[in-house]
Amino acid sequence: MIFQPAILALLLSSLLCIGLLLAAAPYAIDLIRHWDLASGSERQLLRERRTYLLSTLLAFVFATQLVALALFVFNADRMASLFVGAMCAVGTLQANAFGFPALLAQILVFFLAAVWLVINHVDTQAPDYPLLRIKYVLLLCLLPFLLAAGVLQWRFFLALRADVITSCCGSLFSDATPGVTAELAAAPPLPTLLAFYLSLALATGCALLHRRGPRAGHLVALLSAVAFAVTMAAVLAFISLYVYEHPHHHCPFCILKPDYSYQGYALYVPLFVGTAAGLGVGAVQAFARVPSLQSIIPGVAGRLAGLAAAMFIAVAVVALLIIINSRLLLIDN
Amino acid sequence: MNVWIEKQKYLIDFTLASLARRKAKNLGLLLVYSLIVFLLASVMLFTHALRQAANELLAGAPEIVLQRMVAGRHDLIPPGYLERIARLRGVLEKQGRLWGYYYDPVVKANYTFMVADDRLLAPGTLVVGAGLARTRGVAPGNLISFRAYSGKLFTFSIADILPAKSELVSADLVLLGEADFRAFFDIPPGHYTDITLRVANPLEVRNIASKLAQQFPDSRPILREEILRTYDSIFSWREGIVLALATLALLAFAILAWEKASGLSADERREIGILKAIGWDTGDVLRMKFWEGAMLSLSAFLLGYLAAYLHVFHFSASLLAPVLKGWAVLYPRFELSPVIDGLQVTTLFFFTVFPYAAATLVPIWRAAISDPDAVMRG
Amino acid sequence: MIELRQIHKTFNAGRENEFHALTGIDLQLPAECVTALRGPSGSGKTTLLSIIGCLARPTSGRVRLLERDISGLPERFLTEVRRRTFGFVFQQFNLISGLSASENVMLPAYPLGGDRQALQARAEQLLAGLRLAHRRTTRVELLSGGEQQRVAIARALINEPPVIIADEPTANLDTALAMEFMAIIEELAGTGRTVLLSSHDPLLVESSLVKRVVDMRDGRIVHPAVPAGAGR
Repeated sequence: MIFQPAILALLLSSLLCIGLLLAAAPYAIDLIRHWDLASGSERQLLRERRTYLLSTLLAFVFATQLVALALFVFNADRMASLFVGAMCAVGTLQANAFGFPALLAQILVFFLAAVWLVINHVDTQAPDYPLLRIKYVLLLCLLPFLLAAGVLQWRFFLALRADVITSCCGSLFSDATPGVTAELAAAPPLPTLLAFYLSLALATGCALLHRRGPRAGHLVALLSAVAFAVTMAAVLAFISLYVYEHPHHHCPFCILKPDYSYQGYALYVPLFVGTAAGLGVGAVQAFARVPSLQSIIPGVAGRLAGLAAAMFIAVAVVALLIIINSRLLLIDN
Repeated sequence: MNVWIEKQKYLIDFTLASLARRKAKNLGLLLVYSLIVFLLASVMLFTHALRQAANELLAGAPEIVLQRMVAGRHDLIPPGYLERIARLRGVLEKQGRLWGYYYDPVVKANYTFMVADDRLLAPGTLVVGAGLARTRGVAPGNLISFRAYSGKLFTFSIADILPAKSELVSADLVLLGEADFRAFFDIPPGHYTDITLRVANPLEVRNIASKLAQQFPDSRPILREEILRTYDSIFSWREGIVLALATLALLAFAILAWEKASGLSADERREIGILKAIGWDTGDVLRMKFWEGAMLSLSAFLLGYLAAYLHVFHFSASLLAPVLKGWAVLYPRFELSPVIDGLQVTTLFFFTVFPYAAATLVPIWRAAISDPDAVMRG
Repeated sequence: MIELRQIHKTFNAGRENEFHALTGIDLQLPAECVTALRGPSGSGKTTLLSIIGCLARPTSGRVRLLERDISGLPERFLTEVRRRTFGFVFQQFNLISGLSASENVMLPAYPLGGDRQALQARAEQLLAGLRLAHRRTTRVELLSGGEQQRVAIARALINEPPVIIADEPTANLDTALAMEFMAIIEELAGTGRTVLLSSHDPLLVESSLVKRVVDMRDGRIVHPAVPAGAGR
């Protein structure tokens, strides 16, 4: 294991988040089993007040995951100098088998927590808290994911040894190495470009449609998830190339670096926010038929859809700007 | 959205007023909080600056250094080696270096004697590092004498003093001409201390190193990136150790924060009770407390970081240097160039704000759920 | 306006110090009427006031407010109802010291997040109406008892509630100030507000201001009062 401040911070935070959620689990179970709004007993009052604690806790975990995600990538990039052959975050994450799974788990936890907070928000708008049980069952379901992310991260850092020869992004995303990532990078720029804009346009269009009138909520979520995946593929296949102005540098992390004037943030922040909002639209659709939520969900979902649409448009514009401003030409006339 | 923003503004207003009303208590907490940030930030800024300084200095170093080993110990390179390297492809430039250590009984210190490769020094003249100049009290133009290991006394005149900027590695440096060096240390012509190689393509460095190892089984190639990596991990490791120790301080701080947050004064309790009675929701109180924590954290963070910045870059980290610098390559008295690093700030944020937030979460909630009718029951 | 059915409130249920503060209260409070709850201390007046005012929830029983059943509402929504419906004047005026009179008055409106200038204007208007215009920037702990209570009244009115609830409002006032308070309440009742008082001060309870008296003892209503004038 490499003893480093950022690693300590990440492990500390994931440990604390897991600890807090574990400590909250008995309360969640109690809420699921004994919640009875009709009762005016002191126990019920206390349960009601605990819901505040649990929501706050989840918001805290969510915020922590958000910062931790950035720190994780940031730190992986910085540690690349410790590994022979690693030149950026990809190299560090490739240093052992747990790097990329840990990153993916963390992204997953981020989206799940976001969806939970959306459901929680909707639920607290209705005076009968109709989703309370479902919400806390979901909270308990979130726990294994958080645990898995924590364990993967722990294993990743524990197994890190300086001087391990790893492949840098150059070889990971070069056409020679087989595997998913290589295939993505090898995807031809023009079709990927078309797929990228098509998926964004579909997600945006669907979200805007949903904003007008409550329909196709699940489709918004689905298209948002697709847009997220396609955008990541597009980053690997061509957006990063335009940023680096280099036809073989496919790394999705280096674009976050100051050397490339932090263009990655302009791309990733709206992408993550938009995807989270889009997923939220889909998540609340499941409860649109609940009587007390019928008047609430369209409003919330509409706002989320609007946010998602705005964010996807931002992603498209940022990508376009990157391509226009680049001196690299990938697609000939 | 507008209503939401207005509401937060009201809450912030109220929070500021309520912080101001309990100056003594909040100042105490702010002070401890800032101190923690200051401590951690000093450690991080300092090690980062050291790492940066080492990186910059090594940036100009040759990619490969070849040393000959005899019985596992570093020995002189015999004549002929340099010519044989010429046949290796990819080597841009090669050079035999001459350097050695000299113990000066006058000030009981070790100097590094080296043949200058970038400047021509007239016979009988020296260029010395700023640290050496200080301890021996010499200035350009002065004469300085050293008794060689052979017993002969050599007198040189000081031609120049190296700039203080590079003092991290040049404090003890003595530069002299090749002939003077060979005479002083009795090294026959054709022999060198080691050989440096410059390689055009960084991807080729490892290949060339393995070829060198094959061709000269009695020698070892040392790569610049390896040195860099070693520096990096040593500095990070030290930083990590200090931070791990600091975790204890953090724990104490978290307990203090918990204490402060849960040990609300009767006055504060009553205030929250009043707010709830006149129409504030539990959520409003939580948000108010959130702003309180955020403002406190932010001020403590800024204060502590600023103080640490001044401490490290203007006062040369006088409080920390003995702990973090204590290893042979480093020498006292050098100006670190200020570096602020995003990763570092984020990490520091995690180390300080995160424990504070986690520690105050439950106590704040406890305070916020007080019964709204409590004030009526007196 | 407000209808209570079989209200029970038990503290520390199931424990040794179990205490039944209210047992089976049935009560109707008509709109635009000044009602007083009268009874010795410990009779449950304050508990009943806090249940009516949505400060606390009954252990069992139904509360209807403007034809809406609010008994099963979670605290979050009760707070919302309370903010829109009730203004409170407490026995210990419960002002927040260190803040000015007008800041205290504005406090209940903060969570609503309305326009600041309008809010400030409203607070100043209320304070001026209670002859406190010259004291609006004074910190409340520097005000006299009577002034403090007038600030508390202004605070109760800031969200323009239709119902004013006052718990033992004259307990900490001398006769002159009590008379002044009653004059203010009279004026408020004149503007169509419903007022609910709890008191055992004869000066207040037996005055012409109070249209209806409800007597309480040991958590029950004694000789149920006949609604004065208007029926349901």
